[in-house]
Amino acid sequence: MASPPQSEPTRIGRRGFLTFLVAAPVLTVAADLATEAVAPGTANAVVPTLPAPADLTDLGDILILAGTPTANMLVLQVERDNRVHLQLPRAEVGQGLTTATAMLVAEELDVPLDQVVVTLSDARTELLFNQLTGGSNSIRSLYTPVRTAAATARARVVAAASERFGVPAAKLVTRGGAVHTADGRSAGYGELTAAAARSTLAIGEVRLKPEAQHNVVGTPTSRVDARAMVTGQQRYTLDLDVPGAMPTMVRRPPTINGTVRAITNEAAVRAMPGVLALAVVPTGVAVTAETFGQALDAKNALQVTWNGGTVDNLSDVDIRKQLHAAALPFVVPPLLTQYVDAEFDFAFVSHAPMETNSAIADVRGDSAEIWAGLKSPIVAKQTIAQAIGLPVDKVTVHVVQGGGSFGRRLFFDAALEAAQISKAMKRPVKLMWSRIDDMRHGRARAASHHKIRATFALGQVLTFEHRVASVETDFRHGLGEILTATAAHLPVAGNLSFAQTVFLTTVKSPYNFGVTTQLLNEVPLQMHTGSFRSVYSANTRGAEEMVVDLLAAKLGKDPVAFRREFLKTDRQRAVLDKVASAGNWGRAMPKGFAQGVAVHDEYKSCTACLVEIDARDPKAPRVVKAVIAADVGRPINPRGLQAQLLGGLTDAISTTLRAGLHIDKGLPLEGSYSQFHYARQKDTPTDVQIFVMPANGEPGGAGELGLPAAVGAIANAYTCATGTRPTSFPINFPVDFDPFPR
Amino acid sequence: MPNYTFSVNGKTVTVDAPADLPLLWALRDKLGVKGPKYGCGIDVCKACTSHLDGEKINPCVVPVSEAEGREVTTIEGLAQGDKLHPVQEAWLEQDVAQCGYCQPGQIMAAVALLKKTRNPTDAEIDEIENVCRCGTYFRIREAIRSAAAKM
Ligand code: FES
Ligand code: FES
Repeated sequence: MASPPQSEPTRIGRRGFLTFLVAAPVLTVAADLATEAVAPGTANAVVPTLPAPADLTDLGDILILAGTPTANMLVLQVERDNRVHLQLPRAEVGQGLTTATAMLVAEELDVPLDQVVVTLSDARTELLFNQLTGGSNSIRSLYTPVRTAAATARARVVAAASERFGVPAAKLVTRGGAVHTADGRSAGYGELTAAAARSTLAIGEVRLKPEAQHNVVGTPTSRVDARAMVTGQQRYTLDLDVPGAMPTMVRRPPTINGTVRAITNEAAVRAMPGVLALAVVPTGVAVTAETFGQALDAKNALQVTWNGGTVDNLSDVDIRKQLHAAALPFVVPPLLTQYVDAEFDFAFVSHAPMETNSAIADVRGDSAEIWAGLKSPIVAKQTIAQAIGLPVDKVTVHVVQGGGSFGRRLFFDAALEAAQISKAMKRPVKLMWSRIDDMRHGRARAASHHKIRATFALGQVLTFEHRVASVETDFRHGLGEILTATAAHLPVAGNLSFAQTVFLTTVKSPYNFGVTTQLLNEVPLQMHTGSFRSVYSANTRGAEEMVVDLLAAKLGKDPVAFRREFLKTDRQRAVLDKVASAGNWGRAMPKGFAQGVAVHDEYKSCTACLVEIDARDPKAPRVVKAVIAADVGRPINPRGLQAQLLGGLTDAISTTLRAGLHIDKGLPLEGSYSQFHYARQKDTPTDVQIFVMPANGEPGGAGELGLPAAVGAIANAYTCATGTRPTSFPINFPVDFDPFPR
Repeated sequence: MPNYTFSVNGKTVTVDAPADLPLLWALRDKLGVKGPKYGCGIDVCKACTSHLDGEKINPCVVPVSEAEGREVTTIEGLAQGDKLHPVQEAWLEQDVAQCGYCQPGQIMAAVALLKKTRNPTDAEIDEIENVCRCGTYFRIREAIRSAAAKM
C-alpha cells in the first residue's frame, strides 16, 4: 500500500483534486487532499463590522492548506470480495467520522454502505500535517478528496466492465456494488478489480456525482460501528491483546508536574501479590502487575517522597487574580454614549473522556510499537522516537478508536509515558490512568476571565469590545507546527502566539455591532491545559450571548427580535427563526421557569439554541427542554450531526451549571464524576428537538458547533428564571465533597 | 491463591485470584471478557455495570469471591447468538452510541430497569446514574422508551 503512485494523475472535481493509481494487484486509488480557502458571504446591515480574521480563513482552512503539499493521503482499495476499503488518516473518538466517510464512498461508488470498511491509518510521517483530527476540519477537508477517490475507482471498474462486456462505458450503470449492462448482464466490483487496476486501462473523464443526485449523503444513517458498541465487541486500547503487555499504572505526584525524589518501600511493593515490575519514569513510579486491581493496590501502597511541581503554590484565587490583572484594557471610554459593561469568569474544566488516558507500548532495543487513541499521531511518533532514542522509522504508532476525546486525545502523554515505562522495564506494558489521575494530572480547558463593553445610541450598537484573559492553552501537539508552516496564509500578523492565532481564527461575532474587537491575553502557567471542544468559543461566545441579551434589554427589545435585526447573514436568521417557532419562543412559563436563546457561527456553519430551564431552586436548576437548529452547509449524515449537537448541549449543561475543577495548591481537587459534576441523566432535558437545515453549499464544521450557543442559551434562561445574572461559571460550584488524598 | 468457579454468560469458568480482587479485573484481565469497562473503579461512573444472578452490579467494587457459584452476565451475554436483546435493538434504532465506551454499562442498567418496571417513567429513567461523557442521555431515554413500548 505504501508504493508510490505509478500512473499519470487524473485531475477531476471543481477544485482540481488529484488522484493517483497505485501499483497493486487490486484497484487502489490514492487521492490528494489539496483544497483552497473559501471566503464566506459577508453581511451588510446596520453598522457593518469589518470581517474578523475568522471570517476570511478559519482554522479548518488552515489545516486544509497545510496539507496541500501532501499527496496520496487517502487510499481506497476495491477488494476481490467486493468490499471497498478506505484508509482514513484521522481519529475516530465517537464523532462518527468513519460512518460519514463510508457514506461518501458508498454514494460515489454505488456500493452498499455495509460493504465499505474504514480503518484508521497508522501514523504516517509522510503525511506531514495532514493527520490531525481537530478544528472541526475532518469532513471539510475530506469531503471532496474521498468522493474523488471513489469516483476514480468507479470510472475504472466501469472501464474494466466495458472491456469485458464489449459495451461502451456510457451505456453501463453502477448499482449495488456491481456494473450492469442494459441487457441484464452484470459483474461485481470484486470480479473487476484486477482488470481495473491495470495502468493501461483508458478511463476517459471522471466526474463526481452531482450533489442533487445524492441519496446516501444527506440521508440520516446509523453508525457503522453501532452494533459492535451495543454488543460489547468494540475494541478500545485497553481491550487489545498485545502479547506480554501486562496491566500497568503510575503513582503520580501530589502536585502537577512534581517528580520522584525517593521510594522508601520499593522492596515491599515488589513483593506484593501479582506485582511483576516497577520503574521510575519522569512522571512518577510505574507498577506492572498480573491485573489492574493488583497494579492499583501496589501503586497505592507505594511510599514516595516527591520534588515540587510547577505550580505548587497556586490556587484558584491566585489564578483568578492573575487573570483579572491580565485582561487588556478597553479602547472605547464609556463617555457620551450609553454602554453596558460585563465581566465573567470560567473555571478549569476536565475533558474527562470516559476511557481514561491509556496506551500500550512494546519498546525493544531496535524498534517500538505503540497503540493508543491519538488525534495527532505523527507528532506523537516523532516525540516518542526522540524520547526513547530510536529513529522515527523504527517506531510504529497504531491509531486505536478512542472512548471520547473532546480535544483530550490531541495530546499523546499516555503513549509517551507507556513507551518510557516499556523501555525502563524492558517489557511490553498496557498503561491505564486511574480516573483520579485522569482528572488531576490530565488535561483541562484553561480558566478564563472575560470583560465585555458595548456602546449603543439611537437603537444601534456602535462598538463591541471583548477582552479575554486565559490561562495559556497548550497547543504543543502539532497544531503549533501546522500554524508555523502556514504562516504565510494566515490572515493575522506573523508574530502572534499560536494561541492568539487560534483565537483569532476561530472566534468571531455573528452580529453587526459596529466596531468589534475581540482580544486574548494569556497567562502562562505550567499546567496541563489543552483545547476543549469549541476551544475558546464556548466561553467567549457564550459570554457574548449573555451580553446580547443585556443589550436587547437596554434597547427595550425582545432577545429574538434583537438578534434577528443585528445578525449578519440570512443563514443565521434562518436557524434562529427555526428554534423560535419550533420552540414556541415567548410562551408563558410558570414562576421559576424561563426560556433562553443564543446563536453561534463558526467553521462555516451556524446554529441557534433555545432552552427551557426549571430554576425554581436556583441551586439545582435543570434544563428541561432544548430546541436546536444547525446549518452546516451540507450535512453528510444528519443523524450523526444531531448526535454531535446533542453532545455539545450536554457539555454546555454541565459546564454552565455544575462541572468544573477547583485548583488548590497546585492540583485539581476533583478526582471523580461524583466530584466533577458532568451531567447525568437526571440533569438533562426530557425533550430535545434538533433540526438540521437543508443542504445549501459546502460542508462546514460540526463537531464543536453546538457548545457555545447552548452555553449562552442556558445562562440567559437562568438569568431570566432567577432574576440574577450569573457571572461565574459553573454557576453552582461548591466543593461539596471530601477530596481524595494526594 | 484460591480458585473461584462461577458462570459468565452461560459458561462455567474458574479463576485463580485473591479473594478481594474486584470482579471487573477477574473478568477483564483473567478471563478476557472486555465488555465491562473501567471508568472509575469506585462505583461512581457505572461503566462496568453487569448483572449477578440477574441483579445489576458494579463489578469494580464486587470482590471475585462473591461471584462463587453464581451467574455473571456482561454485555456480551445479553444477545442470544445473533439475536439481539430488545434493548440492544432499541439502542441501534436510536443510534445512541457515540464513542460507545459507556454503552455496555448503559444497556445493562437499562435492562435491569426494564426488568423492574415495564414502563419506566421519566423520573425512573432519571435514576440511572451511568455517566455518558459524550452526552447521549436523550437518545438513551428515547431508546429506553422505545424498548419499553416493544417489550
Ligand atoms: S468502573 Fe465501576 S462504577 Fe466506574
Ligand atoms: S457514548 Fe461516549 S461516553 Fe457514552
